[in-house]
This record gives sequence, C-alpha cells and structure tokens, in this order.
Amino acid sequence: MSFSVIISKLLESFVINCEIFAVTLAFALPLGLIIAFGSMSRFKPLSWLTKTIVWIIRGTPLMLQIIVLFYGPGLIWNNNLWGSGYSGRMSACIVAFIINYACYFSEIYRGGIESIAKGQYEAGQVLGMTKTQIFFKVTLLQVVKRIVPPLGNEVITLVKDTSLARVIANKEIIMMAQEYASKGLIWPLFSTAVFFLVAVGLLTLLLNWVEKKLSYFK
Amino acid sequence: MPVLEVKNLQKSFDSLEVLKDIGFSLEKGETIAIIGSSGSGKTTLLRCLNFLERPDRGQILINNGIIFDAADPRTQRESEIRKKRLHFGLVFQSFNLFPQYTVLQNVKLASELLAKERPDYKKNKKRILEEIDRKARFDLSQMGLDSKLDYYPHQLSGGQQQRVAIARALSLSPDVLCFDEPTSALDPELTGEVLRVIRALAEKRTTMIIVTHEMAFARDVADRVIFMDGGVIVEQGSPHEVLENPKEERTKQFLSRFSEQ
Repeated sequence: MSFSVIISKLLESFVINCEIFAVTLAFALPLGLIIAFGSMSRFKPLSWLTKTIVWIIRGTPLMLQIIVLFYGPGLIWNNNLWGSGYSGRMSACIVAFIINYACYFSEIYRGGIESIAKGQYEAGQVLGMTKTQIFFKVTLLQVVKRIVPPLGNEVITLVKDTSLARVIANKEIIMMAQEYASKGLIWPLFSTAVFFLVAVGLLTLLLNWVEKKLSYFK
Repeated sequence: MPVLEVKNLQKSFDSLEVLKDIGFSLEKGETIAIIGSSGSGKTTLLRCLNFLERPDRGQILINNGIIFDAADPRTQRESEIRKKRLHFGLVFQSFNLFPQYTVLQNVKLASELLAKERPDYKKNKKRILEEIDRKARFDLSQMGLDSKLDYYPHQLSGGQQQRVAIARALSLSPDVLCFDEPTSALDPELTGEVLRVIRALAEKRTTMIIVTHEMAFARDVADRVIFMDGGVIVEQGSPHEVLENPKEERTKQFLSRFSEQ
C-alpha cells in the first residue's frame, strides 16, 4: 500500500478525533458554567448533588464512563438507546466526553469566579448595578482572563483523549493505525503522533493569542 | 433640614455587636469626619449606609424620607435597595477600580448602564451619552486626571487610582459621598494628592462622611468630628471641640495614643 493512501486513510480517521473534540468543546464549555453555578448555589441540596456528580465523573476514568454509557442502557434496561452502527457509537462517545469535560470545566470556572475580589462586586453594587450587570460587565472578563491558562490545559488534554473513542470501536486515528500494525506495518502508528502534535501546536498558538489579547489589564 | 438622618442603628455579626444604637444627622454641604480605633464600627457604619450590610435595627432617612427601616420589610426589597444605594457614593480603602476598563470607562460605566433604564433613552441616546461623557471628563479633570483618561488602572499610582475612584463615586451625583479610610492603602507620599482633592470637594460644599485616621486632615476639612468607640458615638462636635478639648475620657485616651505615634 502506498504512503499517500495510508496517510489519507489516517487523515480521514483523524476527522473523527476532530469531530469529538469540536462537539465536546461546543457543549461542555457552556454546560460547565451551568454546573459551576450549581455547585456554588446557596440551595444546599443542589450544590451537594452537583458536587457529588462532579466527584463521580472526575473520580472515574473517562474510558470507563464511555463504556458504561454505551453498554449500560442495553445491559440494564435491555434497550440500546444509542442505536446501532456508527452514529450510535459516536453519539454515546460524545455525550460521555461532554459530561466528563463539563465537570472539569465547571471546577475551573468555579475557581475563576471565586477568585474575583469581593470589592469588585461591592464596587458594582454601590454604583447601582444589578447582579447580572455586575457579572457581565465587571467580573466576566476578569474570570475569563484567569481561566484561560487552566482551560487551555484541559483543551489540550481533550485533543489526546479523543483517541479513547476507540474503546467502543469508533475508528479514530489510533485504531486505524493499529489495523496497519496488526498487518505488520508499524510506521503508521508512530506517525499518528504528528497529527496530534500539529493539532496541539495550532491550539497552543491560539491560546497564546487569546492570553496576549487579554494582557492589556491586570 | 438634614440630608441624612441615622436613627438607632444596630448591627451584629453573629454574637458580636459592632454597632450599638448609632444616631447622627448630616446637613447638606457638611463634611463629617469619623475617627476611632480599628474595630470601633466606623467601616460597618459606612457599609450599612451603602446597603452592603443590612442593619438589624434602626432607620436611615434621606431628605426626611425613610429609605431604610429595619422594622419594615417593605423598605428592604432588593429591587429598591439598588436605587436607594444611589443616594450614597462610596470610596473604598482599596479603590476597587474595574481593571479591564480605562479611567474614563470606569467613571462612565455605571451612568451608562443606568441611562439605559430611562424611558427616553432610545430617543435621546446620543445626547444622554454625550452628557455622561462630559460629566465624566469634568469630574476627572477636577481630580487632576485629564492626561490619564485612556490609561488602565494598573498603569496608575495608588494615589491616581484613588482619585479615579473618587470621580467614579461622584459620577452618579450622590447626596452623600462616603470615604472609607481613603488613604490607608497608600504610601505616605501619595496620601497628600488624595487628601487635596477631598479638601477641594469640601470647599465646594460636597456632603461627605469621611472615615479617616488622618487627624490633621480631619481637623482641617471636617465641619464636625465624630469619635466612635465600641460601636457607639462617644463624642461629636466641631474639630476644635473633639480634637483639641475632648470631654470624654475615651476620646482623650484615643487621641493621646495617636499623638504618641
């Protein structure tokens, strides 16, 4: 098999990694904020419930969560709600990723929000601002500035975690490369590193750019 | 007729009684300096006036109208408290400027947000925003900050930041401007510039309550000095009476400790 055919096959399967990455981010970033507000709620049952969920999700391997989410409904209720085939396996996988990453993001948001000095809220209050105005006009950008570095870490981890999708037979890049390896061709597996390195390299540039954009204030 | 009247104000934090029956009044154009040692309740008093703390008992009146009565929950609705805060401006010890906004934006932000609630905002938007801009620039020039309008807070000295904070507190034209130890977070060489602008405000008859440890400043600027200790007003009167000829033993003790330093 020619080099270019293998590379294009790998590229094709890397689209799955990219898809998981993009959809997870798109949903986990806002969901994380909702979870963060839940865990900071003054209504105790809600904050306990949220904190317990975050503990369970952060306390167990993502690989296990993907497996349980995909096979669980079928085994427990005898009902495979994900449907069969590619789209079912992909949906289950992406939902597991979204829940998992939203929990990590929520803790980063919570830390960021709680790190804003009380004086910022009070200054807004004595100037007659509403709570919503204080959040959007005063604290939000300060929170964003503080959470970009830890969020960047998680985002980069997510790029590489996408290869866990293979545990329920989503043919992402490493699974594809291993098929060649089992046929005795080892270099495609090693070459997958390049795909991840390029993706992470681009993200690092983007994150640096965002950090620089926010460096005009302290 | 007094602008502000405070009656029987009490505030406890858990079992700690911080304010015990505070009462005083303030005339329009008058400057009061509140002195006293740390923990005497001065800051809590200012925070109660600005609705950052809710008093357990007592009343607050502005222009003879009750704006807060601890016994009357109708005066404590969250939506109205926001508007009532606007009777007061507060300058914090630690400035609390908004770091992501320029000096000019810091001063304009609250006015612009409030303007959006005006029924004629859409119709007169341009004129309203120009007015806000003009007032902000005027207040900042009064603070000697014409050349700093586009700076961010972290690019300014502490004294400059505090002057921006004063302009910001003036932006909504409060009835009473409160200062919570405005120079305590500043290096000694920077306190002068802040005290100068506060003195200028006093000369223009701005109604002010100043919590301060600067005795010489209180003597110069205040029309009246209140000495607080243990959550009560121990003594009040002209600066000459309270600072030069205190009647109460506790005032004497406090002042002698100060002159020793």
